Amino acid sequence: MSDGGCASRSIAVTVNGSVCRAEAPVRLTLSDFLRQTLHLTGTHLGCEHGVCGACTVLVDGRAMRSCLMLAVQADGHQVTTIEGLAAPDGSLHPLQAAFCRHHGLQCGFCTPGLLTTLVEFLKDCPDPTAAEIREAISGNICRCTGYDSIVAATIEAARALRGDGTTP
Amino acid sequence: MQRDRRSDAPAPPGLPPGPRAVIGQSLPRLEDGPLLRGQGLFAADVNFPRQVTMRVVRSPLAHGRLVSIDAAAALAMPGVVAVWTGADTAAIPPIPFRATRVRGLEPYCQPILARERVRYVGEPIAAVFAEDAYVAEDAADLVSAEIDPLPAHLDAAAPPGEFLPGLGTEATVVRKEYGDVEAAFRAAHAIVALDLSVGRHSGVPLETRGAVARYDAARDVLELHGTAKKQHWNRDEIARLIGRPTHGVHLFEGHVGGGFGVRGELYPEDVLVCLGALRLQRPVKWVEDRREHLVAANHSRQQRHRIRAAVDAEGRLLAIDNVFFHDQGAYVRTHGARVADMAAGLLPGPYRLPAYRVAGHFRLTNKTPAATYRAPGRFETSFVRERLMDAIAARLGLDPVELRRRNLIGRDEMPYARPVDALGVDVVLDSGDYHALLDRALARFDWAGTQARLADRRARGECVGAGLAFFVEKSGLGPADGVRVSVDATGSVELVTGAASVGQGVETVLAQICAEALGIDYRRIRVVRGRTDRIEFGNGAHASRVTVMSGSATYLAALAVRAMALETAAMELQTTAEALTIRDGRILRIARPDEPLMALGDIARQMGPNSPLMRGRTPGLTAERWFYSDHMTYPYGAHLAQLRIDRDTGEVRVERYLVAYDIGRAINPMLVEGQIAGGFAQGLGGALFEEFRYDDEGQPLSTTFADYLIPTMAEVPPVEVLIAEDAPSPLNPLGVKGAGEGGTNAVGAAIAAAVDDALGRPGAVTRLPIAPRTMRRLLAETAR
Repeated sequence: MSDGGCASRSIAVTVNGSVCRAEAPVRLTLSDFLRQTLHLTGTHLGCEHGVCGACTVLVDGRAMRSCLMLAVQADGHQVTTIEGLAAPDGSLHPLQAAFCRHHGLQCGFCTPGLLTTLVEFLKDCPDPTAAEIREAISGNICRCTGYDSIVAATIEAARALRGDGTTP
Repeated sequence: MQRDRRSDAPAPPGLPPGPRAVIGQSLPRLEDGPLLRGQGLFAADVNFPRQVTMRVVRSPLAHGRLVSIDAAAALAMPGVVAVWTGADTAAIPPIPFRATRVRGLEPYCQPILARERVRYVGEPIAAVFAEDAYVAEDAADLVSAEIDPLPAHLDAAAPPGEFLPGLGTEATVVRKEYGDVEAAFRAAHAIVALDLSVGRHSGVPLETRGAVARYDAARDVLELHGTAKKQHWNRDEIARLIGRPTHGVHLFEGHVGGGFGVRGELYPEDVLVCLGALRLQRPVKWVEDRREHLVAANHSRQQRHRIRAAVDAEGRLLAIDNVFFHDQGAYVRTHGARVADMAAGLLPGPYRLPAYRVAGHFRLTNKTPAATYRAPGRFETSFVRERLMDAIAARLGLDPVELRRRNLIGRDEMPYARPVDALGVDVVLDSGDYHALLDRALARFDWAGTQARLADRRARGECVGAGLAFFVEKSGLGPADGVRVSVDATGSVELVTGAASVGQGVETVLAQICAEALGIDYRRIRVVRGRTDRIEFGNGAHASRVTVMSGSATYLAALAVRAMALETAAMELQTTAEALTIRDGRILRIARPDEPLMALGDIARQMGPNSPLMRGRTPGLTAERWFYSDHMTYPYGAHLAQLRIDRDTGEVRVERYLVAYDIGRAINPMLVEGQIAGGFAQGLGGALFEEFRYDDEGQPLSTTFADYLIPTMAEVPPVEVLIAEDAPSPLNPLGVKGAGEGGTNAVGAAIAAAVDDALGRPGAVTRLPIAPRTMRRLLAETAR
């Protein structure tokens, strides 16, 4: 990555549990750092101006627009991307499994941002109503589904995460 | 309709109606795994060693003479590899037409880089190639263009003028006519005339466009990755434009982040990356940003209709005279005049119409070029036609539902040939029971009860209303598609199709059809699509055609493989093929189904080229079949809306929405519901929010997602879906009709009717989108 005449910094970011050290130009966005430097292309760029939410990742557990954050700002922090949601044994996170069962994705481009946003939301709000879910992801644009299947999937995933044991 | 080119065998019997073991089941998608894990391969995820990044410099003005371009500063930047202007690409022919060629449109084709004139803000005028995206963007900022501004043409309904020296703004007029229109108007009990407009908006997939080209000198093959929708046609045309043999160019499709008509058309940027890869001898990657997408990818929809209907005293249509102005933007791209042609040919929709005349004025303006967007020509004309029906009902004092009943084509009139064409084929409505579907939809919505409840709420001061629209879609555009089904020695199946996927679930649907016919778990089927190197021909994914065309070809190919497998097994087992069946990939005797005899993989092995069994025959447990269709198939449906308007803010809140849609047969009902719900959300955007607006000089005002308003979860209510299978298509062995566009088709029409109802002012809505500022004006007018 050329720095276009700008300075760069050595950074260390913990991404999906592994420490990643790199020389990052100061103007490099976190999203480009993840996608280009670390080759974690699961984080998608839909608008690069913070509206669509496709690029959302978790920084220290909080949902952040990685297109609006610089890589150097992530120095010393924990980042979780879509690649880090499944369990180490490869089994899907309950949200991922529920999205599949409820057809909560079509083209799948917005899905990483929705899933990371919902991971944070369900930590804060483990037993949400449909209205609360709608509020929580009103900042993520999906162009394919019409959203309702995402709400249904989230309700089911919340139940599974609470350990209600009623998931099919 | 269906012919087996190889054997001239009689067509297999159609699949009996109703859910089957695999077809008709809401099975989970095969596509989901990698997409859920972040392992997808979208255009921007494709990378090759030594690649350079292309950045397009775009016209800042809507219209002007391009005097000069100065790229010296950009070229001097470290990391810049090349900068091209129109002079560097002058030998490349312009972007050609694929659809609806009309003589006289050729001068309006788009060059891959502008020369002499710029015609819209966003038009490519130079291409910068650099070592990475950051440098490319910096360098593009340093490219300066001297442009003498010219006045911009912005209103397609204005009197025609000169668009280019010697060329008018009116490129063509699409005319169709049948019956005696003039006599009908003379004899009419009443004539209803309306002036209606639909705003400019488009598909706007969440993944922006992207393309990565590389030339492999070792194989002498140019590859283009990140493609969608029409790989084979695009491959053929790219080869022609850059002067290579067709077999020396291959297109590849990974994951596609939404298509909606826009993505996968052949654009100037696709040709530029291919040319770059050849000339620079390095892979070239281009991914547009969102602003570029909003000014450079195809727009759609902008149309103004001046329409008149002649009716008798009972409200029966006698004739429609439809004059419309289609705002094409600055160039005519791959679709030619297709959207205007569809709007002209399909406006009559579900109604009996003895006489019809249309003049579609296809006009150039200094805006982004337009083409198809989900339900192209139908979203617009359903709005216009259903507005007209509501206006007729209001004029004659009839209930809008009753008026529609009097005009809907009856089941006993099917197939119904309308003496008009669209998309180059005659419009023959193949099957349908429109009255029955309307009744089911009204009952499901509790239309009568809804009316009563809304009247109560209005009496209490609420601004609430309900509206309804009926529509006919079209799907299954031919003429041909082929599928090759092969079983390997492990018993896994590969299905190679010339279709593509834009994220709608093509792999799952084709695998279900194949699994049903062959007798195997659908998860053991690998679907290969969107690749020109794996199948010679293909017509891609658009026009709700894949399930009908490629689905039917899949069914035929899988049945052929099944027959081959059973014949081979019968020889081995000293029995007849009729005594055997296949279940879960294993051959069984029908009489003793608990004893699996041999696996499909065993048979595939026995059919290898070295097997004595195959001496003198083409080896392999594999079959390729083609499905042909001369006519489209026409699904149909109704949209019913209930909404509430906030009198202070003008906000329209949709409280209930029902889409009833007859698609003949749902291969996977869950995916059909997904198509309808997602299509509805897009229709709602076009009805209430989305519009590409321009200022008086042709500067686009909707260039971010803060200005171009895509519905979010806060605006989209849950949609109720009624999938009907009352009228299977007689045109294909599955009885299917396409499901992709009915969710979008009539949203503008139904929302407009419901807003009228809430305001208590029939005919109040004359233009889409009904943005809050429009709504506040309507509220103010109503209060006066």
